[in-house]
Amino acid sequence: MSDLIGLIPLAPLLGFLFIGLVNRNLTKGWVSFIACGSVFVSFVISIALFIGLLNAPEGQSSLTFTAFDWISAGNFSVSFSFLVDPLSSLMMLIITGVGFLIHVYSVGYMHDDDGFHRFFMYLNLFIFFMLLLVMGSNYLLMFVGWEGVGLCSYLLIGFWFKNQDYNDAAKKAFIMNRIGDLGLILGVILIFIHFGSINYQDVFAKAGEFPAGAEFITWITILLFVGAIGKSAQIPLYTWLPDAMAGPTPVSALIHAATMVTAGIYMIARNNVLYTLAPFSLEIVTIIGLATAVFAATIAIAQTDIKKVLAYSTVSQLGLMFVALGVGAYTTGIFHMATHAFFKALLFLGAGSVIHGLSGEQDLRNMGGLRKYLPVTFLTFLIGTLAIAGIPPFAGFFSKDEILANAFAHSPVIWGFAAFASLLTAFYMFRLFFLTFSGSTRASEEVKHHIHESPKSMTVPLMVLAVLSLVGGFMGVPEVLGGSHALNHFLDPVFAQSKALSEAHHHLDHNTEFTLMGTIVGLTLVMILIAYFMYVRGRRVPAPDTVTLNAAHKLVRNKYYIDELYNAVIVKPLNVLSKVFDSLVEKLVIDNIVNGTGKVVTWSSKTLRLIQTGNTAFYIFAMVISIIILLAAKSLI
Amino acid sequence: MLTTALIFWPLAATLILLALDAPLAKGWALAASLVELLLTIIVVVQFEPAAGNQFVVNYPWVASLGISFYAGIDGISLLLVLLTTLLTPLIVLSSFKNSYDKPVSFYSLILFMEAALVGVFVALDGFLFYIFWEMALIPIYFICLRWGGVNRGAVTLKFFIYTLAGSLVMLVGLIYLYFQTPGQHSFAAEALYAAGQALPASTQGLIFWAMFLAFAIKMPIFPFHTWQPDTYNTAPTQGTMLLSGIMLKMGIFGVIRWLLPVVPQGVNEWASTAIILSVIGIVYASCLAIVQKDLKRLIAYSSTAHVGLIAAGLFTLNKIGMQGAMIQMVSHGIVIVGLFYIIDIIFSRTSTQEIASLGGIRSAAPLLTTVFVVVMLGSVALPLTSGFVGEFLLINAVFQYNHVVGALAGLTMILGAVYMLRSFQQTMLGETNTRTRNFIDLGTNEKIVLYPIVVLIIIIGIYPAPLLKISEAAVDSLWNVIANYQAVNQ
Repeated sequence: MSDLIGLIPLAPLLGFLFIGLVNRNLTKGWVSFIACGSVFVSFVISIALFIGLLNAPEGQSSLTFTAFDWISAGNFSVSFSFLVDPLSSLMMLIITGVGFLIHVYSVGYMHDDDGFHRFFMYLNLFIFFMLLLVMGSNYLLMFVGWEGVGLCSYLLIGFWFKNQDYNDAAKKAFIMNRIGDLGLILGVILIFIHFGSINYQDVFAKAGEFPAGAEFITWITILLFVGAIGKSAQIPLYTWLPDAMAGPTPVSALIHAATMVTAGIYMIARNNVLYTLAPFSLEIVTIIGLATAVFAATIAIAQTDIKKVLAYSTVSQLGLMFVALGVGAYTTGIFHMATHAFFKALLFLGAGSVIHGLSGEQDLRNMGGLRKYLPVTFLTFLIGTLAIAGIPPFAGFFSKDEILANAFAHSPVIWGFAAFASLLTAFYMFRLFFLTFSGSTRASEEVKHHIHESPKSMTVPLMVLAVLSLVGGFMGVPEVLGGSHALNHFLDPVFAQSKALSEAHHHLDHNTEFTLMGTIVGLTLVMILIAYFMYVRGRRVPAPDTVTLNAAHKLVRNKYYIDELYNAVIVKPLNVLSKVFDSLVEKLVIDNIVNGTGKVVTWSSKTLRLIQTGNTAFYIFAMVISIIILLAAKSLI
Repeated sequence: MLTTALIFWPLAATLILLALDAPLAKGWALAASLVELLLTIIVVVQFEPAAGNQFVVNYPWVASLGISFYAGIDGISLLLVLLTTLLTPLIVLSSFKNSYDKPVSFYSLILFMEAALVGVFVALDGFLFYIFWEMALIPIYFICLRWGGVNRGAVTLKFFIYTLAGSLVMLVGLIYLYFQTPGQHSFAAEALYAAGQALPASTQGLIFWAMFLAFAIKMPIFPFHTWQPDTYNTAPTQGTMLLSGIMLKMGIFGVIRWLLPVVPQGVNEWASTAIILSVIGIVYASCLAIVQKDLKRLIAYSSTAHVGLIAAGLFTLNKIGMQGAMIQMVSHGIVIVGLFYIIDIIFSRTSTQEIASLGGIRSAAPLLTTVFVVVMLGSVALPLTSGFVGEFLLINAVFQYNHVVGALAGLTMILGAVYMLRSFQQTMLGETNTRTRNFIDLGTNEKIVLYPIVVLIIIIGIYPAPLLKISEAAVDSLWNVIANYQAVNQ
């Protein structure tokens, strides 16, 4: 079984190489076949491994596979080796499964694009790196995947490279991620310093020797979290993700919703042992997650670009996942990550279908009434919206409810904020939904004339994802609803050690849990009704850009001016500093010292030349004196 | 025998070249440098990493003064000889599309330069080392002066005087050490090591500065770098490649072979100063790279930043850092030659290397773009490129040395991305303009130079083990020497 592990990342890598090297000689059909096929191969093997793990006897819940020794220097060594355990297995299923669907969808979506070949190359390369990220059996291999997906993200955000705005967005994504990556790599080095190894298994085995709250573990976990903040777009490094919507929509679905941005969630869940030993870091994770969840949700309310709303929604949902991790509910975080992958991929692909149908239109103000034009998109989008809003029995309900329950058990205040964020979610999502599909269309006649439902290659993935968004939650039905939470059992081996380390969780009694659940679902319905009355009954449409908004609205519409703030506080000062270095320090100070030294030498040689009298006796005399001085100097030392 | 051949073959080839007609010059230079590469490969095959100095030759030269023609190859030398002999044919090839006047002189200078560089890396006699060290300066001086760009006279003179001043101080240091050797006196490395190590710590400190200054100027590290951007900019591309790809490694190599083991206590005392200068250089040069308007100058500053990290890692006196320095020297050489060649290609098509007047090249030249991306990734040290292996090991070492300094050194990850992505975006992406509209993609000759570079960047990134293996034992034994004295100090 474990011999097949290497094939999983290899297949999409070969796909990438093949399309890249043969390039122009391949028809679009072949490109689609190779790109989708290679991911499908990985998917099938991942399923086989997953089934193997499901049936594995107790205590044998992981497989490893070492390809070769990668880097070794001094006492440091790391190999190219993979670890498949329940956590990575679940991630692999999502990456290859959802990845495959999005590949298929892209065949339709990108069909008329000149960069068809290039697009699928990048997409395959992305799957390869994403698989490395979750399959690596050590921190450095995770880092390879981590930076590799960042590269693919960069390439795909700037896919339409003639547009410098898109290129700016791509560059911003890469650089902001690099800020996080620096934190991550320093964290990894700190792990090496204290544990003498960067293999997960060695590190976690040794972690048990240290007391909870050990300072270096706190530092390690905070540094790792800095990486997660960058990759998973949390405050203060989230601003790249909304800009990243410049990329083709399938990319937004795959990279900027379902997989890459959840790498931070995976990473913390993977390091649950270390985080459990660092309560302070967990507090930070909770606070950042919570703040991001609320903050991004408020921004989403006032956005007018369909993809931007979804982008801020992703930021907000990722925040909720971090809250789950922060309160120690690791499986819950992973659970929400999985359901989110289904419904957010669905929503993005649905949005893509809308954009495709409207000849590229992304502004909600120019949509409306699409229900009758795009029936499949409409229905599947509705399912996605219900799922993210948390209406039972859709997938998002179970996972979100579990986060809220865990938050409440930790502290009612956290619960309050998290519940607020999730209610806002219901509101802005239905705002988006109504503005897009209900009422009469606001598109121009020209566009209206061309509106069409998307081809099969696009609608079929939508349907599959809709089914997953509908039933995905059943992998984690809680006890209070008579379930057994299959996901928890499956993931148990990964979190067993940290469970043993942490104090017993005070579980909510079923009554409280039930009350909370009822309250939230009730309030969610109220939010949907409000949205309904505003945007369907009231036929409200967000104001055009020309209208002056009131201060609060303007603030939110402009995303609290955070980009402008960063520009003023970081980008500009760095530029000014660099210019000062360039024109002042470099040209004025250092160079003048150097040239000055040169001039002094020239002057003194001109002067000293006068000593060259041609008198041998004088030379000998000078030499003797010099030697005496040298010897004297030496004896002084 | 092989060592002698490695030094004298390019010299012999230079002499033969001088007798050839102009049209044959480039072909001969290429053939000769390929033979030299072949010789190196033979050495690599026969080389035993654990066996210390091999292929040793030792002939008395000026016996009365204890100067010998004493040379040999250990893992550290071998990596650098390999780098030199690998890059030289690529550098020669890269010039094929240009028509230099006086090609015989031009190519004979390159071959002569190769001989001197190899000599620097294999010399085991201090005096011989010094001879080669200065010998390497002569051809590059003439290459820059004769075939350089605007203002070449003044720029080249500054470069020459600056580096020469450094080397003269080093010569003083070497001669001082020589007089400390017992009996008949000798310039042999072992004798100089023994003499240096026996010196009192304070004298070692003085010697440290005498030698370090020469090496610091050559690398260059902050604040001894100001000759570099002008020189790189003015020199013809092949000169810039020789300077940045190989010659600056002389400085780093000098530290490894002729500083660390010579005055270990001096090193102990001053290593922290060297590290701090290096790390300041990383941040400072990266910032300068961000605001450069000219591609060549930008890459020149990026080189200072990268070399700063190499020096910092080296001076941590940590095995991880030393190995990191070794592999990063190889990677840096390959990457920077690639970058300068790409700039040369852009310049040859558009007559400009000013970032602001370019743009949109990607539409016209997808192959060049792909190559540029890979080389850029090598430069920003993306994992699975050659740049990552070294950068990770170096940051690792510096972070172990001191967390704050390590984090500052790590800023190269962010700032490097800022200046590289910015220049890539503004030259290659966006809409085409009048200069770039008819840009012609890579020609065969250009592919022959760039494809090996791309392949090497990726292969070394994925499987660096063979290279690390070559230098491992030599680094270990060097480390043992230093560690002894660190223990004494503590």
